[in-house]
Amino acid sequence: MSTDKDLLPVDPHDEPGHLPIADIPHTPRVTDTDPKAARRAERQVASMFLLSMVFVVLFVVAFVTIDKSAVVYIPVLGVVGASQIALGFTFGMAILLIGTGAIQWAKKLMPDVEVVQERHSLASTPKEDEAAKDNYDRGKEESGFARYTIIRRTLIGALALFPIPLVIMLRDLWQTPPGENPAEILSTTAWRDGLRIVPDTGETTGEFLKGIRPEDIPVGGLVSALPVNIMEIQKAEHNLNARGKAAIILVRMDPGEIRSQQGEGWDYQGILAYSKICTHVGCPIALYEHRTHHLLCPCHQSTFDLADSGDVIFGPAARRMPQLPIGVDEEGFLVAKSDFQQPVGPSFWERG
Amino acid sequence: MTVKFLAARRRNPAVAIALLLLALVVVGGAYSLASNAQPAVAAMGSQTQVEEGKKLYLEGCSSCHGLNAQGTKYGPTLIGVGAASVHFQVGTGRMPLAAPGAQAVAKPPAYNEDEVAKMAAYVATLAPGPAIPSAEQVDYADADVAKGGVLFRINCAQCHQAAGQGGALTQGKYAPSLMNATPTEIYEAMLTGPQNMPVFSDETLPVEEKKAIIAYVNELQQAPSPGGLALGRLGPVVEGLFLWTAVFAALIAAAVWIGIKAR
Repeated sequence: MSTDKDLLPVDPHDEPGHLPIADIPHTPRVTDTDPKAARRAERQVASMFLLSMVFVVLFVVAFVTIDKSAVVYIPVLGVVGASQIALGFTFGMAILLIGTGAIQWAKKLMPDVEVVQERHSLASTPKEDEAAKDNYDRGKEESGFARYTIIRRTLIGALALFPIPLVIMLRDLWQTPPGENPAEILSTTAWRDGLRIVPDTGETTGEFLKGIRPEDIPVGGLVSALPVNIMEIQKAEHNLNARGKAAIILVRMDPGEIRSQQGEGWDYQGILAYSKICTHVGCPIALYEHRTHHLLCPCHQSTFDLADSGDVIFGPAARRMPQLPIGVDEEGFLVAKSDFQQPVGPSFWERG
Repeated sequence: MTVKFLAARRRNPAVAIALLLLALVVVGGAYSLASNAQPAVAAMGSQTQVEEGKKLYLEGCSSCHGLNAQGTKYGPTLIGVGAASVHFQVGTGRMPLAAPGAQAVAKPPAYNEDEVAKMAAYVATLAPGPAIPSAEQVDYADADVAKGGVLFRINCAQCHQAAGQGGALTQGKYAPSLMNATPTEIYEAMLTGPQNMPVFSDETLPVEEKKAIIAYVNELQQAPSPGGLALGRLGPVVEGLFLWTAVFAALIAAAVWIGIKAR
């Protein structure tokens, strides 16, 4: 059915719904009718190009004369580098003026006529459709895809199973020593019964303070803390996994304000220890509001109420913040009374 | 002539943009002028200072905090908050409160340094509490700035943002920017825990570490922004958002201008 005639451009005026270009009234521009305006536009374009040259000269002057470390105060922007601002501004203006000048030239002075640009119909011809269908049918027939039922079904099965190893490999994202269960590693931290709690000073080598006494933390106080032996563990393991898992915050509130805890007597005189790792996707959190006792995660706004068992009161976190039971040792320093009773941080496979 | 010229062009879209820019400059300038006021460190009070402080307290504070500073349903007790609290809250203009809200907002102080010192002296007599830090305590000249940066990121950055620009908390509360905080104010805030900020006691965050943090904040305050708009120093996400909104809007405007037929 296909003929060469189909490939010929159609007259746009014949297409249904097409607005005939000839029907739009052509209004001449001021520069077309008034020679004075045309000369004004000419001067305008030329002065833009001239100004561009001036900015290039200014750029070179600024580059040579302005001290690279000089700063200058500009309202709104604040204290900024004088050289950077001067170079950026002059170079930007130089290229912007070339562009605006060229566009102004085209808009005001170059010929102002409407033209029609024809283009092909986008649909393929019946001839091409026919050829594609023939090609497909021949392939189907020659491969015997329809005939060899067992081959077809096993191939579909193989392709369906192929992605499974990719998913299974995700389970080993955590570096696991041979024979150890990753779920076990994720569920335990460095905290042990009697282990002293020390403030996190950011040291990755060297010594921490001896410990924290309860009287060191006033009501409303907040301390980011770690187990006292964390340096030795991370030296032995050559990584910061233990430090990441064991990070806690200590907060102190009036014991009368504690509505509930995750275990009987897990606080020490109003001092509560909670994991610092959000149960949503594991951001470290210490945005503690000491009047509301809310702990807010900056990543996705999960909010935990530390006066009420660390329950989630807002946001995407699905689990309450794990609490660490604490007490004091015979020397009067704060210690953990056990490891966490539930895994810290975000959910994982075995945790459901 | 000029009036006519202006009247003819007041509906031009460029006028709105120019007015907006002008307003931004005026507000920004006024704010930076207003926030430059520096409260001085007050010495511990004499008897007359305490008496005058009590007078000021009864006039300006007792309606909310109670005639004996015992606290009412409109304001907490001031017994035991110490001189440092008064110096911080009144010296930064947070107190007296202009209006109830999510939290007290810093504004030009209503009392001069002398009056603040008197009130602080009076409140300090009610019960022992943190004193206004001495000049030696906030002298950060020899402090370790790098160490201060580490401590800032552990203890402060979660609310005040890594570059000290401040950030949002829950239900309309916020951690303020530290860009105009003085060393004394920073020390007092750590020691007293104003609003919802927790207390960082000298035992868990010793004086040397507080000095290091102050030195780091000072470093942040001095740091220029060589390229211009810092956009809260929040990094590439905010810069990308700025490009996608402001710069794309400018590009679209340019495209529209190119496409408009000349008159």
